[in-house]
Amino acid sequence: MTIRLTTRALLLASALGLAPAAWAETPADTLVVAHTIDDIISLDPAQSFEFAGNDVNNNTYDRLVDFDPLNPEAGFQPSLAESWEVSEDGTSITFTLRDGVTFHSGNPVRAEDAAWSLQRAVKLDKTPAFILTQFGFTADNVEEMITADGNQLTLTLDKPYAPSFVLNSLTGNIASVVDKETVLANEQDGDLGNGWLSTNEAGSGAYELAAWRPNEQVQLTAFEDYWQGAPEMKRVIVRNVAESSAQRLLLEQGDIDVARNLTPTDVDSISAAEGVKIEDEPRGRILYMGLNQKDELLSNPAVIEAMKHLVDYEGITGSFLKGQFVTHQSFLPLGYLGVLEEQPWTYDVEKARQILTDAGIDGGTITTRVRDLREYVDVAQALQASMAQVGLTLNIEQMTGAQVLDAYRAREVPIFLGEWGPDYSDPNTNAATFAYNPDNSDEANAVGLLAWRNAYAVPEEMNEATVAATLEQDTEKRAQMYKDIQRQYQAEAPIVPLFQRIEQVAMRDNVQDWWSGGAVTSVIYRQVTKGE
Amino acid sequence: MSATDTTGAGGTSSGANRPDPDPTGRRALRRRRARSVAGTLLSLALTLVGLLLVTFIIGRVMPIDPVLKVVGDRATQAQYDAAYVAMGLDRPLVVQFVTYIGDVLTGDFGRSISTGQPVAQDIARVFPATVELATLGTLIGVLIGVPLGVIAAARRGGIIDQVARVVALVGYSMPIFWLGLMGLLIFYGMLGWVGGPGRQGIIYDGMVPDVTGMILVDSLLAGDWAAFQDAFSHIILPASLLGYYSLAYISRMTRSFMLEQLSAEYVITARVKGMSEGAVIWRHAFRNIAIPLVTVIALSFGSLLEGSVLTEIIFSWPGLGSYITRALLSGDMNAVLGGTVVIGVCFVVLNLFSDILYRVLDPRSK
Repeated sequence: MTIRLTTRALLLASALGLAPAAWAETPADTLVVAHTIDDIISLDPAQSFEFAGNDVNNNTYDRLVDFDPLNPEAGFQPSLAESWEVSEDGTSITFTLRDGVTFHSGNPVRAEDAAWSLQRAVKLDKTPAFILTQFGFTADNVEEMITADGNQLTLTLDKPYAPSFVLNSLTGNIASVVDKETVLANEQDGDLGNGWLSTNEAGSGAYELAAWRPNEQVQLTAFEDYWQGAPEMKRVIVRNVAESSAQRLLLEQGDIDVARNLTPTDVDSISAAEGVKIEDEPRGRILYMGLNQKDELLSNPAVIEAMKHLVDYEGITGSFLKGQFVTHQSFLPLGYLGVLEEQPWTYDVEKARQILTDAGIDGGTITTRVRDLREYVDVAQALQASMAQVGLTLNIEQMTGAQVLDAYRAREVPIFLGEWGPDYSDPNTNAATFAYNPDNSDEANAVGLLAWRNAYAVPEEMNEATVAATLEQDTEKRAQMYKDIQRQYQAEAPIVPLFQRIEQVAMRDNVQDWWSGGAVTSVIYRQVTKGE
Repeated sequence: MSATDTTGAGGTSSGANRPDPDPTGRRALRRRRARSVAGTLLSLALTLVGLLLVTFIIGRVMPIDPVLKVVGDRATQAQYDAAYVAMGLDRPLVVQFVTYIGDVLTGDFGRSISTGQPVAQDIARVFPATVELATLGTLIGVLIGVPLGVIAAARRGGIIDQVARVVALVGYSMPIFWLGLMGLLIFYGMLGWVGGPGRQGIIYDGMVPDVTGMILVDSLLAGDWAAFQDAFSHIILPASLLGYYSLAYISRMTRSFMLEQLSAEYVITARVKGMSEGAVIWRHAFRNIAIPLVTVIALSFGSLLEGSVLTEIIFSWPGLGSYITRALLSGDMNAVLGGTVVIGVCFVVLNLFSDILYRVLDPRSK
């Protein structure tokens, strides 16, 4: 009876044509990726500052310098600029542009386009503009500071910055080169094409934007005239699949090639599945604990020291954050120039208790707000348990990310648990926010600085060291300077880096050379292939 | 809305030019009707404005900063302030609301800050997906739920009644999230009978010209049978899931309406007169429950139109529910208000529709 019923049901299903759809594989020249892409607000490279938006732009645009997805350790490489020269006094860099490169429109890529793109980003002054304006460019002076002449582009800087600092910043999405003529043809009310570029693209990258349906999918098609050769994957489709289990099922069935947001549980269970592999890639995000110095208890150096020993680093990375994070106790992520790999703190409740007793602290209560993300809440609860053992009571209020961020920027979160992602691929991106805070007063309103948000009055010599590191011309010395800053930071700062994010990407066995962008940039598709 | 109003009134007044044997009586009747139509429309308009006002106030007192969503975490105070002014948040609340209502009346719902696109365009994209899913879901709920409820009442205490009770109980108590995932695991993952999450397979994406936004309808319009099969294989599971929940509700309600009728005296009379049981149930009792049943079905359809957020998330279905939820969580009030208007109008239309059906179904109202 049962068998007959099933057979009949199968026949019925096949008759309705339901079965074939589910067993289809993705086409050989198409890469299908499941990802959460609901954070895209704008695709204008001068404005986009979200992960998924940068994932798109990194493939539709080129920059003067870019990373090689097959050799990311090599750092920035010539891209639209085939060479560059730094002036002797270090205050200007001249780039020579590559010949014969065209935009998707067919227009040639000229030094003029590159200069205009950078000028445009400075003038529009959207959130990521600081990556460029930190070199002294303003809306008023940018046309004199960034100039094009023939196939050469010259950047004039207000100080002799470290060349590595400038070039690393130019790998950022904001420095993408846009097609001046196409963008200006779509300008409205003097917006420099911002409205149009929010949903369209005018780049020279390996892919063209075929479609973007918000919260649903992004479609890219290969640019056949790409200067480094047309990519093998002719279409890339990124589907918004919010649920990890749904991503897993799609991958198991072969309806997608890559799943980027699997929970550790789903990674565990899919790793044994046939035809699927997992690749771990350290990303740039650092999960840290910020102890607000406005809180009387938390501003006590003994409490700061004790808190560093109340985090169960191994326990946490071995259980609920397994596979997603590794312990990392300095503010520069692995993969960055000058990263410090020393890990001075261990989970030691006895030691923490001793430190508190010696300082005459016998308990206290802290009420903090934590974003309602599983990872953060779990870490907060682990902390709550270990704090309880030394007589400290931690009350946790869960709220949405936006609510916590609001309070954090208003310096109202006593213990902040969350992540910080670097904005560009230079160590200054983190040093300038963790270890730099020239004015700690409320009036300074330096909401962008993590040190200010935690009311951490960074010592004067650390502020100076952070600035000096941006001017050091010798890259080796520069790396050493960052190591020194991080050592001092570990010794005294109330902001405690805990873990570094690992992205676990699950993909079909035949997908080769996938690169999510490591710690330094966003995903790149052009080198990806699908074997048999 | 005002256009319908004037046509209605114009219709009645043009009739007054003809000679009339009983002028006072009919005119009074017409006037009363016109007044009641105008009254209904006015109350509908007030309901919508009230709905918007409440949503608007909730949006403004909510502890979420929409400006941050636009400028992001890293913005300087100057960039923040510029966006704050650009979004019009520096004006008094009353001015903001009145301006908003004015814009809505001209068909401008503003721009969504979480997608960067005009809200009207966003809704035109997500709402058809929801309508398609809700319609199929309700259809399944009605086609199975109504007969099930009727039979359960007619054979009270019998096997079918017991089965219906268990089905409804499970439907009421099972979390849709779990049921959805199990459905996917079994019918997509293990058996491969249906398509996976999403509205279409990759190969069919963009193959059918977008007319109504409902892929089932569009693929039929284009005569693309393969695309229809593909879309059907993707929608059938989430629709059955929603259908199951509305089935649980509809069958329970049908059963209790039916039980009430079956104990009425006219049913006993019919039976005494020797009428067959089928005729008693379907021709007499069922007709009488049709009216309350319409309300139940309309309400159930309405609640599906609001969008079932969890179902949409599990099945990666880009519908209205997850659109509004996402917007709400990022303080994207233009999108929330736009969605609220759509849902409000849906309920109003459904109400009107069931009112009309009442008149058709109830002989007394003729």
